[in-house]
Amino acid sequence: MNEYKKIEMIVGAFVLAGIISISWMAVKLGQIGGLGASGYALNAVFTDAGGMRAGSDVMMAGVVIGRVDNVVVNERSQARLTLLIDDGIPVTSDAIASVRTKGIIGERYVRISQGGDDEMLQAGDEIEETESAINIEDLVSKYIFSSGE
Amino acid sequence: MSDQVVTAHNGFERLLGRLGRKALGAVSWLGDMASVTGSSLALIFAPPWQGRHFVLQLYALGVGSFVIIAITGAFTGMVLSLQGYYTLAKFGSESLLGSAVALSIIRELGPVLGALMLVGRAGSSITAEIGIMRVTEQLDALQMMAVNPQARIILPRIVATTIALPLLVSMFDIIGLAAGYVVGVELLGVNAGAFTGEMIAKVLPEDLYAGWTKALAFGALVGSVCTYIGYRAVPTTEGVARATTQAVVIGSVGILMLDYVLTSFFL
Repeated sequence: MNEYKKIEMIVGAFVLAGIISISWMAVKLGQIGGLGASGYALNAVFTDAGGMRAGSDVMMAGVVIGRVDNVVVNERSQARLTLLIDDGIPVTSDAIASVRTKGIIGERYVRISQGGDDEMLQAGDEIEETESAINIEDLVSKYIFSSGE
Repeated sequence: MSDQVVTAHNGFERLLGRLGRKALGAVSWLGDMASVTGSSLALIFAPPWQGRHFVLQLYALGVGSFVIIAITGAFTGMVLSLQGYYTLAKFGSESLLGSAVALSIIRELGPVLGALMLVGRAGSSITAEIGIMRVTEQLDALQMMAVNPQARIILPRIVATTIALPLLVSMFDIIGLAAGYVVGVELLGVNAGAFTGEMIAKVLPEDLYAGWTKALAFGALVGSVCTYIGYRAVPTTEGVARATTQAVVIGSVGILMLDYVLTSFFL
């Protein structure tokens, strides 16, 4: 019986270690119930989201302030993004949201540039001013065709 | 059924017959396994529960596999970091090393290598143990004492591997990430902030769910395949030896096949 009690204790420690590992991964890496759940949502409509996916970064002044929560096509065939912005980071009502590329492999992120308005956006509001993704092929073809004239 | 095949006229017909017999054999093998595993799992609702046997199995299969899982995890993380570094450095994107290591370990290598180690270490011992119980007629003895061997022997082992593997895989993941960090940051000189920052930014809850679901499924697979093969082992010395080999081979191949199926669901 004593032997069994000891085994029981070791098994208990094993299970505990496993649960700690799982919760560490959930909270630290997956941010389940952490950053992912908090924050407030803003919407932004782009004519071209340029391959943006849920989970992409939202940056302001080069600092990550949230992530893209959802990307759908709205009824007017435009890309509608739901952005989860961290609490405590106000966004002015005339802010500009633009789809940008970072790094050499062209990973997309949303850049938010603050405006000068005193009014702040509330959860569920829409960022009116948006700039779509810059498409290099379009730029190149525009350049070629305009220079030929 | 097999008598008719022997009277076949030419080699081709005989070949077809053999193929058919093999196919039918495989299907009936799977059916028998499903029936043994299913009827054992159904006993989870039938008291008395074998809690004590479950704890003992969790100790033997789970705790006993920890060391090999830890070693495998550490070296997997280290080699991923090393390989990934030289590939990414060609494009000047070493900063992505953290996310590359984390995603490969969490989504694929943790569950798959963890399950393969479990099949090799714990699965083979399950099959050998049950096979020898069959040879020495211990299973029949249990039945004589009105103890259902499926409830006493098979069920605790399946439940133990199913619960132990996700725990072991989580430990594998963390040890692998830590080892990858040491190689990437301390030895190869990747920026520590970039390594952990990219890792946290790129690992989404879905990746974790995918890894854990795989671990659960592989745990159940290892438990049911290894108990079934041991349970149906031919009661001779040779039969147990063959069953043990078969359990490891079928278990490993099954894990890799199931991995492809599950991955295609999650992507």
